[in-house]
Amino acid sequence: MTLPHTAPAADGAPAAAPLPRRTGPPVLTVKNATKAYHGGVKALDDVSLTIADGDLLAIVGPSGSGKSTLLNIMGTLDLPTSGSVEIGGEDPARLSDRRLSALRGRWLGFVFQQFHLTDGLSAAENVATGLLYAGVPRRQRRPLAVAALERVGLGHRVGHLPHQLSGGERQRVAIARALVNGPALVLADEPTGALDTANSQAVLDLLVRLNAEGTTIAVITHERDLAARLPRRVEIRDGRIVADTAAHTGGPQ
Amino acid sequence: MKRTDTVPGPSGPDADPSRPVRLAPSDVLRLGLLGIRTRRMRAALSALGISIGIATLILVTSIPASSQRHLDQQLSALGTNTLRAEPVPNRKPPVLLPEEAPDMVRRIGPVTHASAVANTHALVRRSDRTDPNDGLGLTVLAARTDLLSAVNGTVSSGTFLNATTDTFPTVVLGYEAAARLGIPRLTPGQEPPQVLISDTYFTVVGVLGPMRLAPDLERSVLVGWGAAKKVLHFDGHPTVVYTTAREDSIEDVASVLAATVYPQTPGLVQVSRPSDALAAKRATASTFSALFLGLAGVALLVGGVGVANTMYISVLERRREIGLRRALGAHRGQIRGQFLTESVALSLLGGILGTAVGVLASLAYAVYQGWPPVIPLSAVGAGTAGAVAIGVAAGVYPSMRAARLAPTEALATG
Ligand SMILES: Nc1ncnc2c1ncn2[C@@H]1O[C@H](COP(=O)(O)OP(=O)(O)OP(=O)(O)O)[C@@H](O)[C@H]1O
Ligand SMILES: [Mg+2]
Repeated sequence: MTLPHTAPAADGAPAAAPLPRRTGPPVLTVKNATKAYHGGVKALDDVSLTIADGDLLAIVGPSGSGKSTLLNIMGTLDLPTSGSVEIGGEDPARLSDRRLSALRGRWLGFVFQQFHLTDGLSAAENVATGLLYAGVPRRQRRPLAVAALERVGLGHRVGHLPHQLSGGERQRVAIARALVNGPALVLADEPTGALDTANSQAVLDLLVRLNAEGTTIAVITHERDLAARLPRRVEIRDGRIVADTAAHTGGPQ
Repeated sequence: MKRTDTVPGPSGPDADPSRPVRLAPSDVLRLGLLGIRTRRMRAALSALGISIGIATLILVTSIPASSQRHLDQQLSALGTNTLRAEPVPNRKPPVLLPEEAPDMVRRIGPVTHASAVANTHALVRRSDRTDPNDGLGLTVLAARTDLLSAVNGTVSSGTFLNATTDTFPTVVLGYEAAARLGIPRLTPGQEPPQVLISDTYFTVVGVLGPMRLAPDLERSVLVGWGAAKKVLHFDGHPTVVYTTAREDSIEDVASVLAATVYPQTPGLVQVSRPSDALAAKRATASTFSALFLGLAGVALLVGGVGVANTMYISVLERRREIGLRRALGAHRGQIRGQFLTESVALSLLGGILGTAVGVLASLAYAVYQGWPPVIPLSAVGAGTAGAVAIGVAAGVYPSMRAARLAPTEALATG
């Protein structure tokens, strides 16, 4: 698919740019979002970003630049101080907690640096938790969870408990949990942050493959080498988007 | 098109992506049990307080219930249909009931039996070699031959006094008196033993069985009315009139008894119902158990605080899990429900354990005491309901804390 897309915004003027770049219809749009914390810290400053269906993008930037803040706002875990977000045709700021949570459960998948697996639940049960709050009936959860584990190459670890898994395996379970629901967008905050180089590579390879299979993924990282392997890179500094590459190599067709 | 995954995912454009999700009750229950399942030791310890409270509750209600059932059974075995009438003691001049008082009583409609005894103030001894002043605490009574049916009494060996033996120096021993005199039973075919009453030997012809409702008769030796007059200078005035009446009219009989036996001044005659004394024991038992019930309440309260504490700490420790669940799509109500369910499940678990222990201990105690085992279902029901209520109360605040936690804040922990 060869949609004409606009060149990335020039340094320092992301807001001025029209929709940055598109490979498909937008799944998530952030418009002029700012986030100010108590004490005057402006973690995000007028950020606009559109993620299109099929994107695989890296959000890079130094520590404290606002990457996690942006991810929280994209993930509807937090609301911007000003500006707006649109996801699935809805504005999170206008939804009740019940509706917003349901939207999050259906449309988004999260991967965290510390995996956040529940001790005492098997790999399959951990993955199935990703279906619980999306309203998938219990009978269907397990087969879907097993299928998701197979997709991340853990078909042989279905019954293992988190402490019986290696770090890389745990993160793959977490990735399976994020995508078991077929979300419109998977948001990963430093997914390789707690892993060694080999495991980081493996996880990144997995994300690239999942993207090739159709999943839209945004990865936060401060490792530039990892970011370099992804087709789209958004660079953030001091709460502002300073670069958004147009380079588009591995996008879905 | 691009999305090759076949999983549920965001539905088609027409579907409402923010349609709220309601968890199935079985899922809510499973979530509530998760924290207990993965922290068993802590769950067991924090449920212990509730267990002790509920076990105490069951114990303090079922032990008195067993004891009461036992008393009730005794009462109905002993009969609650007897009355006794006697003059007010220590009057000057003494109140003398007419000799024919039992016959007058028998004329009251519902009365089935009436009889009398009279204190002869004589002393009884085993033989002339024993101290003439030591009466062993026994009373020598003149008894009518129809006494036994008026006091629901039985003869355990030998016979009772009858028309033939009434005027002879024969004696029947009360249950306790027989033991004190060393003649617990009569052996047929052997020479009947004799006891000395005021320097006259009386032949023992019978021993009575126990009479819990007439302990004064148990501690007496009974001689014939005629013999008492002849040998012991007895004046013939009854000192106690016994009567039995139909159970349903016992109150009516009691109200006219005094006037019947002593028409001139009924106020000088006391009428009592011997079974009332035994029945009074029930009242004592229930005031006693009120104290222990309070104790069980305190144990439950402490148990509830224990559960609340565990839940509170659990919420603090599980902030990451809470944040994760919010990220996976749990809304505040579902987080609150999870922790509230956990609190109730924890408390209920303690309740079930406590009920089991309480029931077993109560049964064991009843069997040990020889009482009929009674477990009041109301106590079990109240215990279970109480455990649920405590679980809710203990879980309200922690679960609200959990639900109020902002997802970002929860995820940022550790
Ligand atoms: N809850 C908060 N209250 C106040 N300030 C905050 C809060 N969360 C983040 N900040 C501030 O906002 C800024 C951006 O933080 P953020 O976590 O988004 O950075 P980051 O790019 O993810 O950094 P890192 O790579 O270290 O994770 C930082 O200066 C941080 O101190
Ligand atoms: Mg961060």
